[in-house]
Amino acid sequence: MTDALIPKLAGPKAVLHGASPLADHSEGMSYLERLPRRLITLYLPLAIILIVLLFPFYWMALTAIKPDEQLLDLETFSPFWTWNPTFKHIHKLLFETYYPLWLWNTMFVAVCATILSIVASVLAAYAIVRLRYRGAQWVGGAIFLAYLVPPSILFIPLSSVVFQYGLFDTPFALILTYPTILIPFSTWLLMGYFKTIPFELEECALIDGASRWQILTKIVLPLSIPGLISAFIFCFTLCWNEFIYALTFLSSTQNKTVPVAIVNEFVDGDIYRWGSLMAGALVGSLPLVILYAFFVEHYVSAMTGAVKE
Amino acid sequence: MTDAALHRIKPLPRATGAWGRLKVNRNWLALWFMLPAAAFLILFLAYPLGLGVWLSFTDARIGRSGAFVGLENYEWLWDDSVFWLSVFNTLLYTIVASIFKFAIGLYLALLLNENLPCKAMLRAVVLIPFIVPTVLSAIAFWWLYDSQFSIISWSLRKIGLISTNIDFLGDVWNARWSVIFANIWRGVPFVAITLLAGLQTVSPTLYEAATIDGASRWQIFRHVTYPLLTPIIAVVMTFSVLFTFTDFQLIWVLTRGGPVNATQLMATLSYQRAILGGHLGEGAAISTAMIPFLLGAILISWFGLQRRKWQQGESND
Repeated sequence: MTDALIPKLAGPKAVLHGASPLADHSEGMSYLERLPRRLITLYLPLAIILIVLLFPFYWMALTAIKPDEQLLDLETFSPFWTWNPTFKHIHKLLFETYYPLWLWNTMFVAVCATILSIVASVLAAYAIVRLRYRGAQWVGGAIFLAYLVPPSILFIPLSSVVFQYGLFDTPFALILTYPTILIPFSTWLLMGYFKTIPFELEECALIDGASRWQILTKIVLPLSIPGLISAFIFCFTLCWNEFIYALTFLSSTQNKTVPVAIVNEFVDGDIYRWGSLMAGALVGSLPLVILYAFFVEHYVSAMTGAVKE
Repeated sequence: MTDAALHRIKPLPRATGAWGRLKVNRNWLALWFMLPAAAFLILFLAYPLGLGVWLSFTDARIGRSGAFVGLENYEWLWDDSVFWLSVFNTLLYTIVASIFKFAIGLYLALLLNENLPCKAMLRAVVLIPFIVPTVLSAIAFWWLYDSQFSIISWSLRKIGLISTNIDFLGDVWNARWSVIFANIWRGVPFVAITLLAGLQTVSPTLYEAATIDGASRWQIFRHVTYPLLTPIIAVVMTFSVLFTFTDFQLIWVLTRGGPVNATQLMATLSYQRAILGGHLGEGAAISTAMIPFLLGAILISWFGLQRRKWQQGESND
């Protein structure tokens, strides 16, 4: 089952930089095309798609720093730019609401759930790939299936489970339920990484008398650090993005995570709410975008890895 | 010399006794390695999954464990026009959004695979909609779709294409197309980047050979690129279809299922019935009703994949 699901994919470096991992075809066959033709068939559609993809963020950022009087008056001021940006909305967000607390909640839940899941996944992935115990293949397949179980099917029974365990409205409700989304994904990703580590290294260590635990911590883990980083930041992003569990399992304002809080606490009748809403959305996405800027390659490898293995 | 060296090495202490043998038994070791992951997945995934199916056969409400009522919930849903509307909406949403995500994603991947200046940056930028949490970008769309101050309406009015503002989220079909568009916007980067990773494994020599044979651009795509890309397309689209079918966040932020249930998906309906309405049993029945559709989607792409492998002369495994 696992082998059937391995289409060939290029590595993240190639995805970001190279035209092809094979040889150097930097020019390729593009010399066959003239510039005007490339302009129409390549640059124009690309520009349109990019503008559509990025415009909502531009609009979000612009709205967040526009003064109120320009926000709704599209006629007197040019709506696409502002000459007197204000930090009023962001200031209000940070000092007059629970926003810092919500950010902290989100961060706390995301970090805890991610660490838990990575620890569990490292152990599971190592066991499946290298211990090759009876039924390992079967378990690998089951984990892939678990990846396909969507949260929107699980949240109703989970809410009653969370209630039974007395976790309702605590961060632990999320810290313990998020790993159900993260473990299948990161186990799958790490299995791919562990498979690339040569058997011989482990055999040497075994002959030298190392225990399995020592092999894992001293040989396998140091060699799979890129994989661990990918798994970590991708899990972190998934946690930050999660909505339906947080919406269902938390009720008090102080416990909410950023996505839930923005949707529930900021939406009042105020016609000028857009400024603070957009500021909230902007500040809530910034941590992830910054993380992404530093780890682009790891994101790509996590994404393609999730599909590949 | 080797002999001497060999003699000096003390024989390894043999693992003796039950404990010693157990310590090196891989099945026993594996049990401990698997334990944390298995505990999470059984307690919070497998058990709730079963519990969900069980709940759908009971009349449970919030704060009250229900009694077994057989198929009553399903019979109730069968006669419920809102439920069928939500099924229709979900299918429309999934099919239209997936087709567009696939088409635009593939097109974008092909464009990005060309030689471009600042290639790495372009590719990194494309992924941003996928990185930003859905709820937060959905809020930006909510503002873009505002009935009075939408910049889209304003721009179209300035150009002279329309005379009055478009009511994006207030009208039945407008609302449907608007949420579908937002979903496509969010899903295209994922499809594009994963397909790009697949595209880069296609050897350029194949393109050169096809060009020398006089193939047109379309023929190259149809007969070289597409067949080589099929397995990865199957996997990517399975994921895409699954996550579109069970989408909740986007709808909840933009319309909460309105106007008059026009954008009510099965996921949002089950949330409304179960959590807001308190009828856990009925909500669970709606969630359970999603499972056959999901299985169908998985099987279709699965068998699509298998057939490809067989056609390429690989053994089935």
